[in-house]
Amino acid sequence: MKKLSIICFSGDFDKTVAVLTMATGAAAVNYEVNLFFTFWGLNIIKSKKGRRFTGKGSLAKCFNFLQGGFENLPMSRLNFLGASPRMMTRLMQKRNVATCRELFKATIDLKVKLYACEMSMNILGTKKEDFIPEVKEVIGVPTFLELSSGGETLFI
Amino acid sequence: MSFQAGVKPFLYKMKNQQLDITNEHCPMTFVKTKLALEQLDAGARLEVLLVEGEPLENVPKSATQQGYRVLEIKNISEKIYKITIEK
Repeated sequence: MKKLSIICFSGDFDKTVAVLTMATGAAAVNYEVNLFFTFWGLNIIKSKKGRRFTGKGSLAKCFNFLQGGFENLPMSRLNFLGASPRMMTRLMQKRNVATCRELFKATIDLKVKLYACEMSMNILGTKKEDFIPEVKEVIGVPTFLELSSGGETLFI
Repeated sequence: MSFQAGVKPFLYKMKNQQLDITNEHCPMTFVKTKLALEQLDAGARLEVLLVEGEPLENVPKSATQQGYRVLEIKNISEKIYKITIEK
């Protein structure tokens, strides 16, 4: 079976759309797909909606609050204080293109494997319970390398 | 007429399905087709309505690659095709 592994680093709205488009497209044509969420990318898989003071320690809590979860992913360019992702979502709906939320649902439906980075979680003081239950495992670099070996790997 | 116990679920599972992806774009054309095919029982058929171009080229190809049988590709109106896939 062909394999695609993506390191989801940025946590930006537009780059997340790219990650999820690649992941769902590959899974739909029978690739094994692994998504490894690290650093800002962990924001995508938080279970609680909106801005929450999750994490251990005041600084980590502030970082997690400011990131704001899946609903508040910023655009990598022209973010306009968060207005841009909402406008882009409206444009995607108007053009009949799957939105970020629809792509994420498809990712789950297609049973794409989601992994969280242990090191980044340690920095941001988050636990596995802070993420959606579909996150299969908390892993480190050696396990990711093992999972991705023999396939294509992207860093987004 | 009522179905006997045990017969109805079998017939229900074998029911053919239709899927309209004429308004969808990549990757949802493949995603919706794959998810619909997964829900079918072996031997059942899926009729997919799609537009010419990328979906017409790639949906039948990816279905074949995944081991499904593409039985028919039929042009039903300008730019719209119906493909029949058997699981």
